[in-house]
Amino acid sequence: MKPKVAFFDFASCEGCQLAVLNCEDQLLDLLERIDLVEFREALSETSARYDIAFVEGSVHREEDAERLRDLRERSTILVAMGGCANTGNVQARANATAPAVHLERIYGAEARDRVLTDTEHWKLWAHTRVRAIEDVVAVDYVLRGCPIVPADFLHLVTRLLMGSKPRVERYPVCVECKEAGNRCVFEQGGTCMGQLTWGGCEAVCVSHGYHCDGCRGLLPEANLGAHRVLLRSTGMSDADIDSRYALFCATQSKAIGSNS
Amino acid sequence: MSQETWKIDVNHVTRVEGHGSIKVNVRDGVVEDVKLCIVEAHRFFESFTRGMLPQEIPWIVGRICGICCVGHQLAATKAVEDALGLKPTPQAVVMRRLLSHSQFIQSHVLHVYFLAVPDFLGAPSVLPLAKTHPEVVRRALRLKKLANDFTEVFGGRTLHPMSNTLIGWRKLPSRKAIQDIRDRLRAALPDLEQTVAIVGTLPMPPYERETEYVSLKRPDGYALYDGLIYSSDTGEYAPVSDYRQVCNEHTVAHSTTKWSRWHRDSYAVGALARVNNSYDQLHPKAKQVAEALGLRVPCYNPYANNLAQVVEIAHCSYESLDLLDQLLAGELVPDDLSFELRAGRGFGAVEVPRGVLFHEYAFDDEGRCCDANAVIPTSQNIANIEADMRAFVPKMLGERDRDDIRLHMEMLLRAYDPCISCSVHLLDVDFVE
Repeated sequence: MKPKVAFFDFASCEGCQLAVLNCEDQLLDLLERIDLVEFREALSETSARYDIAFVEGSVHREEDAERLRDLRERSTILVAMGGCANTGNVQARANATAPAVHLERIYGAEARDRVLTDTEHWKLWAHTRVRAIEDVVAVDYVLRGCPIVPADFLHLVTRLLMGSKPRVERYPVCVECKEAGNRCVFEQGGTCMGQLTWGGCEAVCVSHGYHCDGCRGLLPEANLGAHRVLLRSTGMSDADIDSRYALFCATQSKAIGSNS
Repeated sequence: MSQETWKIDVNHVTRVEGHGSIKVNVRDGVVEDVKLCIVEAHRFFESFTRGMLPQEIPWIVGRICGICCVGHQLAATKAVEDALGLKPTPQAVVMRRLLSHSQFIQSHVLHVYFLAVPDFLGAPSVLPLAKTHPEVVRRALRLKKLANDFTEVFGGRTLHPMSNTLIGWRKLPSRKAIQDIRDRLRAALPDLEQTVAIVGTLPMPPYERETEYVSLKRPDGYALYDGLIYSSDTGEYAPVSDYRQVCNEHTVAHSTTKWSRWHRDSYAVGALARVNNSYDQLHPKAKQVAEALGLRVPCYNPYANNLAQVVEIAHCSYESLDLLDQLLAGELVPDDLSFELRAGRGFGAVEVPRGVLFHEYAFDDEGRCCDANAVIPTSQNIANIEADMRAFVPKMLGERDRDDIRLHMEMLLRAYDPCISCSVHLLDVDFVE
């Protein structure tokens, strides 16, 4: 029997599912080998159990957490797909501010009070905080990045279909950045988070003239304290450093801590 | 059936981007209530951007939406430039138009082939079509890959591109890459003709409702990257900085997105609105496609949005060929991207595949973001989709059974190509009994 594979999304841009659809050259071959039972962005089919569930997005409300727990129970392998699922990504920056303050800024105080007390609909509006998938349920595998790298997806899904273990490289973005022949961003007068960040993206942003903002998440051994000293030496204020870390790594930079 | 009391509840409508529901209540054969519910969780981009540097804004807010990441990035780039008094180089404007065109082709191809065509061919999704209509699926994948590679040439990558920034380009594409994509685009014109041929055979549900069409418009070209705000009701233009008066955003409890109204209770944005408002400015080849598809303006059938999307695929393809030739006629010059931080407030609007998109940002004396607002096409369309449903369900009651009504409600929603993750989340149709 072909494995039942499903894709689910929580709060996200849904771009990582698009990255899967963007594997145009491999898509039809892949579909021969799996039974794709749920992909709301492209399909209307559904199923009761899943052999592999890919989950995009982060969890913002209790009703979303319940939906996630339910699909975890019905899934043999669960993959957290993309930055939002893994760390909360850019939207985890919102955790620094109370939800009611966000709602007031965006909808106004009157609308905030109305929707939060509407007995029929308040659950829809009941944002708690941005949580990564692993903060709610157990995660078996991860696909990093904002967006994911399509080759990572193809590698993982191929290994899972073969029943073998996927390869996980554990090195910073700098390794691939050097291989790509880029001049170091700091040498160019800029600032970069490549030293702290999981590699595997081929340093695509630096190669295209930008710097790394850490979208693949911080390595477990990331030395944020030393990095902060380095950023200060370029003239950055602590407020700007905090803001920079909180672009893609709000939850992680807080958990690891860097105020030394 | 007509005397029954029943409800349609489609929860988490599929083949739309984001989460939404359609709720239809019928009591004693009369439509009592139609609600389009957006159930997507909040992400608070307009709030958490505070504290960011100007150049970080377009890069981060592109993450509002995967499908429209280019459009969000461009609208934000323009708004931040406006706030800081910066001007993009003419070369950057040409490349931004090309980026925008690549996104239109990609998004419309995805929508027409993956999300809409299965309905018309009676399939639950594009997957069974791989068996029954393999040539259709292969062509869809070819066109989509071409459009994605096109975005990559100018953006650096397909999703959340990093090459474009304030004033200009961080790293220019190579001449060879531009030539290659021009040649591939030219070679793909037969696939485009085949797309027109298949979409021309799809039956259009015969439901019409005249409404207000809103889009960007400019006299000298088909307005996608820039233009003024235009209404089909008044025939008048409004400056982009007046967008709040246009959108009149308000909140309803059953949706976590905001709703819009301008001269009447609702208006439509998107491919059909643009083709209706700017038909004269379309590329001549795109007008030929409109004629071949039988799309005559003004067109009041919302299901025909899919036809308008094919017209725009043609427009963007042919105009891209012209722009690519223009770019290759000269030498690309690296941009000086330096600028001074300062206080200011600015506005930016672009058309994205689903309609006109507005961004606004303000910066404090230290040049950090202190206010942000974005009005997304889908939130502008929602009141209009609900109005269409209210108008069409009573007509459908006498003509179609419940499953067919449900399908036609979903098709209607999908025709608007709603992008619910942008506007928060959109729709489910439940027939509640």
